Amino acid sequence: MRLEIKDLHVHYGKIEAIKGVSVVVNEGEIVTLIGANGAGKTTMLKTISGLRPVTSGQILFDGKDISKMPAHERVNLGLSQAPEGRGIFPGMTVLENLEMGKYHRKDRKSEMKEDLEKVYHLFPRLLERINQAGGTLSGGEQQMLAIGRALMARPKVLLLDEPSMGLAPLMIANIFRIITEINNLGTTILLVEQNAQQALQRAHRAYVLETGNVVKEAKASDLLNDPAVRAAYLGVGAH
Amino acid sequence: MDFALLRDAFWGLTFDGLALGAIYALISLGYTLVYGVLRLINFAHSEVFMIGTFGALVAASGIMGVKVEDDPRTGGSMILTLVVCLIAAMLASAFTAVAVEFVAYRRLRKRGATKLATLISAIGVSISLVEFFRIITHSLPREFPRIMEKSFLFHFAGADIRNDKVIVIVAAGLMMVALDQFISKSRLGKGIRAVSMDENTATLMGVNINRVITVTFFAGGLMAGAAAFFYILTYENTSFKVGFFLGISAFTAAVLGGIGNLRGALFGGFVLGLMETYTSAVFGTAWKAVISFIILVLVLLIKPTGLFGESITQARV
Repeated sequence: MRLEIKDLHVHYGKIEAIKGVSVVVNEGEIVTLIGANGAGKTTMLKTISGLRPVTSGQILFDGKDISKMPAHERVNLGLSQAPEGRGIFPGMTVLENLEMGKYHRKDRKSEMKEDLEKVYHLFPRLLERINQAGGTLSGGEQQMLAIGRALMARPKVLLLDEPSMGLAPLMIANIFRIITEINNLGTTILLVEQNAQQALQRAHRAYVLETGNVVKEAKASDLLNDPAVRAAYLGVGAH
Repeated sequence: MDFALLRDAFWGLTFDGLALGAIYALISLGYTLVYGVLRLINFAHSEVFMIGTFGALVAASGIMGVKVEDDPRTGGSMILTLVVCLIAAMLASAFTAVAVEFVAYRRLRKRGATKLATLISAIGVSISLVEFFRIITHSLPREFPRIMEKSFLFHFAGADIRNDKVIVIVAAGLMMVALDQFISKSRLGKGIRAVSMDENTATLMGVNINRVITVTFFAGGLMAGAAAFFYILTYENTSFKVGFFLGISAFTAAVLGGIGNLRGALFGGFVLGLMETYTSAVFGTAWKAVISFIILVLVLLIKPTGLFGESITQARV
């Protein structure tokens, strides 16, 4: 399952937020988009999942252009997102939140138990919190729930928006370890991150986004050693 | 002031207050449901209720052939007539609610109109419907035939309890339980809750927002239609302006309970019904709105989000 974005342009009113970005995510990869605040990372993910309309360009999922498809239908194809800010339904329990991840699936009744087991296996903490309201979870637990809920849809491609945001270092390491595990289990991942260090360590390939343009595209390990990237995104002096 | 009346007739008044409160509560559910998913006060909801009373009226005379001068029906014929009128009122209101959303709100939403524009559209629809019914009824109230003989069913703590009020309270209670189960257990109900908490994330889960909105208006309309039937069964008449006061009271009930919160709306409805009935007994009927609304203002001064209100991000439907 290959996700290919071709010459994508996106506007907020008159302001162009994405200015002709092309990105390829091959089956089995973890690809990361890194960049500063306002570079257009979240807009990219929102456009891929259909929350933002496309001005021009194509979003090819398995060769089919889905750029005009309504957002709620895209999840049927196997495109699932853990959104920015986690998007936990605060008044629903952990279990209800996870069940929402299967909202669109025809076989949700027969798959439910099996997929819940898989999520609990990845995130044992969620099992402990099963009947607790989503709004009362800690930030790290909410992130686990957001990813677990996205997995309930049995995605082929998983979109992750800033999973490290607002989390303690230990929790960040934990979340990224699980992201690799999910990828090893066969899910392709497109990861948007400000925490470039972690993202580049986990990803196969990476794109650097600056004010709506891709300014660099390389193997993630190469970018980790790239002096310009190190200076701009890894907080390491280039001298 | 007549506190003796309140003391002597307390249980009878309480029962009347609960029957009135049940009607308020059912209407207020529509306000609170729609507010939950759209963050919009649907001002046309009072007319959704009004059209329900006419739905019952048309069903009674048109489908069941009941005339105002007829004797009340009995047995199976009475039950059938009651059920047919109830269903007619519910469907009339529900389809009106869905049509209003489709005509007056959906387009605005698609074009990204402000909430204020939608609110004005709601008021416009409300006035149009009222004036339309004023014209076709020639500004005259309509009498609803007596379908069932009203009699005292039983005696409780010095109060005579009338059969129609028992029917209203029991049937309204069943409707509320059914709606509560639908919202908390069914797939679409969960979709409604998800949209009221976080519309974007709900979309990412595969929830079709437009379908959820239609279902929400339909469900709110069904409840308003049931209220309309219970109203017309109790008061035996209706007119084009019946929606206004009932609507304002039910909206007040929704705010009192904390708008966006279903159980809050129910509680607010019953509290308002009881307050109005008690204050009518003590101060006279003319004072009931004054006293009720003073209490509302006091509640909101102390707790601006209503009795069960939570902040909007926490709003639980």
